[in-house]
Amino acid sequence: MEHIDFSLVDWSRAQFALTAMYHWIFVPLTLGLSFIVAFMESLYVRTGNPEWKRITKFWMTLFGINFAIGVATGLIMEFQFGTNWSNYSWFVGDIFGAPLAIEGIMAFFLESTFIAVMFFGWNKVSKSFHLLSTWLVAIGSNLSALWILVANAWMQYPAGMKFNPDTVRNEMVNFWEVLFSPVAINKFLHTVSQGYVLAAIFVIGISAWFLLKKREQLFAKRSILVAGIFGFLSIVFVILTGDGSARTVAKYQPMKFAAMENLYTGQQNAPLAVIGILQKDKKEGEHKKEDFVFKIEIPNMLSYMAFLDANAYVPGISDLVHGNAEHNLLSYKERTERGSIAISSLAAYKEAEKAGNDSLSAAALTRFEENYPHFGYGYYANRDVHELVPSVPTSFYSFRIMVGLGFHFLALFIVMLWLTLKNKIETRRFILYTALWTIPLAYVASMLGWVVAEVGRQPWVIQDILPTIAAVSQIKSSSVQITFWMFTVIFTGLLIAEIKIMTTQIKKGPAAEGSSTIR
Amino acid sequence: MFETFSYITLQEYWWIIISLLGAILVFLMFVQGGQTLIYTLGKTEDERTVLVNLLGRKWEFTFTTLVTFGGAFFASFPLFYSTSFGGAYWVWMLILIAFVVQAVSYEYRSKPNNFFGHRTYEIMLFINGLLGTVLIGTAVATFFTGSDFVVNKMNLTILTGDKMPIISEWTGLAYGLEAALSLQNLTLGLTVFFLARVLALLYFMNRVNNAAIMERVKKQLIYNAIPFVVFFLTFTIWLLFSAGFAVNPQTKEVYMEPYKYLHNLIQMPVVAVLFLVGVALVLLGIIRPITCFVKCSTKGIWGAGIGTILTVFSLFLLAGFNNTAYYPSTFDLQSSLTIENSSSSRYTLVAMSYVSLLVPFVLAYIIYAWRSIDNKKIDIEEMKTETHIY
Repeated sequence: MEHIDFSLVDWSRAQFALTAMYHWIFVPLTLGLSFIVAFMESLYVRTGNPEWKRITKFWMTLFGINFAIGVATGLIMEFQFGTNWSNYSWFVGDIFGAPLAIEGIMAFFLESTFIAVMFFGWNKVSKSFHLLSTWLVAIGSNLSALWILVANAWMQYPAGMKFNPDTVRNEMVNFWEVLFSPVAINKFLHTVSQGYVLAAIFVIGISAWFLLKKREQLFAKRSILVAGIFGFLSIVFVILTGDGSARTVAKYQPMKFAAMENLYTGQQNAPLAVIGILQKDKKEGEHKKEDFVFKIEIPNMLSYMAFLDANAYVPGISDLVHGNAEHNLLSYKERTERGSIAISSLAAYKEAEKAGNDSLSAAALTRFEENYPHFGYGYYANRDVHELVPSVPTSFYSFRIMVGLGFHFLALFIVMLWLTLKNKIETRRFILYTALWTIPLAYVASMLGWVVAEVGRQPWVIQDILPTIAAVSQIKSSSVQITFWMFTVIFTGLLIAEIKIMTTQIKKGPAAEGSSTIR
Repeated sequence: MFETFSYITLQEYWWIIISLLGAILVFLMFVQGGQTLIYTLGKTEDERTVLVNLLGRKWEFTFTTLVTFGGAFFASFPLFYSTSFGGAYWVWMLILIAFVVQAVSYEYRSKPNNFFGHRTYEIMLFINGLLGTVLIGTAVATFFTGSDFVVNKMNLTILTGDKMPIISEWTGLAYGLEAALSLQNLTLGLTVFFLARVLALLYFMNRVNNAAIMERVKKQLIYNAIPFVVFFLTFTIWLLFSAGFAVNPQTKEVYMEPYKYLHNLIQMPVVAVLFLVGVALVLLGIIRPITCFVKCSTKGIWGAGIGTILTVFSLFLLAGFNNTAYYPSTFDLQSSLTIENSSSSRYTLVAMSYVSLLVPFVLAYIIYAWRSIDNKKIDIEEMKTETHIY
């Protein structure tokens, strides 16, 4: 009899994906726009030029509209770990809960305290204290991102912990390993800098619209200058940290890496498929089918990108599923057997402890510890191991579109900055339209980054340790379906409201100094 | 420093922090209480704008405290997070949705082309004020009355059969909503609701400069203080004279003990003093503005606010200290959660304790920032000159 309620698992995953994606529509803009606003206000305080104050206040209004819905959609994220993933909350709560609590204490209070000064303090506090508050809002927003990304990175690469069989959970043994794991560092830097890129494109795109409409030319050019420099530096950083991220994926999540590259058979001197069309409905094990219908590749590049060595061996999906003795890769079948031994040894250990049988409990514990690295695979002991392979087309195409868009953003920043500095930007309508229409593309790239990161690691909630089927809460699937649709309706309604308010405020343009933002 | 503390001391330290956060959260829910009074107190659009803007400058603190309360609970007592949130699904989901709609309502209410119209956002604020307070109060009441759940960590080792490998199972039919049907739980829910409204009225009294609104505030203070006192006394008497969920300190077995919470109060005199001082301050904060004739005190919020924090703090301590199960299971007593069996590891509690040292610093900058922008009472005139209004 099937003991896993797949409907419950799937709806719980769908709800998490839905709420996370809605939340992520708003977060990157908050991360980047907070700094852009802080730069602009710094220029105002430094020069005393009221035009900079006017520019600052316009972008600050848009920041406020976006921030509110970011907060609204973020609340559910934290509590959902408990409501929908209760097993997960116990199994790794000892490690995962800490960053969430630190986020609240260190970051959220900083944001929420100084955002009030930022919006309501213009006429109540000194210029310098107001500027400090704006910077603290930016720092608070980004600190918040640090802790939640550390938590996410830990799920991809669970460092600094040890399983305690007495409490039946993983426990933190080294806080610094959790905070400074290579995955955490790359993930944080890559994700926040991507947020800066999105915000810079948002500012440039809207400024381009003003230039196209021949309105607020000085405001628009100054905004492009600040956002262009910030965006250019950020996209360079995104590319560098993206490279680092890919290497950590290759090292710690080889199946995700193989799926991202549509690599079924591992090889040395692996080439990188820069672009390609995948063979339709290709499944692991279908050796007769070609992997690609069409591709353009760079020889040796994948090996070099993954391990900084053109001769390095990159394992493919089939090597990971069926094992490869030459490269010390265990097959998934063996890993599921070992995982199963770990799980049954844990049960035997607890039984022996209860019965007071020390020798039996010691033997069971040894067996458990030897096999613990495969613990999560045990839940697939009687299942098709192909359930452990993520969606290859989703990972492959998402990754390439994201990277391709990244290079488009780089080119856009260079061109926009060059033309603005040469004072020719308002005459290049094609470039201005391109900048405007790049705004939605920035959101697409941002979202696809998470698709690569999260779809690519399925079915793991904690890499190799806990799959989704063993992480959910024991609730009725129908309850989750109802809340899924409730969130769909509420968040969609709020998104429509946000877009309408935002576009109205943009069309109105920056307010004359001293007038209310509500006009 | 914290490394030298015993495990149980760290667990108690974190229960104190959770209790303090819970207490501050209940106090800050004056924002929610105020949201249910916008139309009662504001008869013109200008008056409503004053009230919404006064509350709007504080809503994020309540929201942030709720998030921090959740995060701290997760970090320090993950089994509670796992059991309660994953079991009482519907209660927590409704609470969350009530707060989700609040978060946008202030910012979007007065913005042009806001899709739903300003009235809808005000209704959302009312829903948040009503559901947020009543359901949080109801959920906290289950710390004393219990819920139907069973915890078996060894379920993780289930690989076949008809059970999923999930450690906590809620046996209540309505996934937590049944708690709202219990009269005792509902009594605390309504206590929190009326308390939030009373605190909001005292806050308005302290911060609003408008004679017409003040007249209505005074009337409403009486109308809301009476049900608050009645519900609070009902819950307290019920609590002190009912059986509680005691833990045998040697065997860790959970059993029912008559008058457990009364015993806790007697056996923990410091908690008893905190509780009594807290209740006295709340009552004093309410009574002084009601009984004045010529020049009324507008500082009732200070007494009532501090009193609220002390009272709720001591209630949390009654629930968790002195060998008491703070999240009891009425379905399986031995599944009940105590601060010992549900906490994080010693290492995590030590690490988190260092982080907790930041709290005084956080409080200091909050107070400084509040004072810097709240240096005079709010009025309709300010709404006409302010550059960012809700």
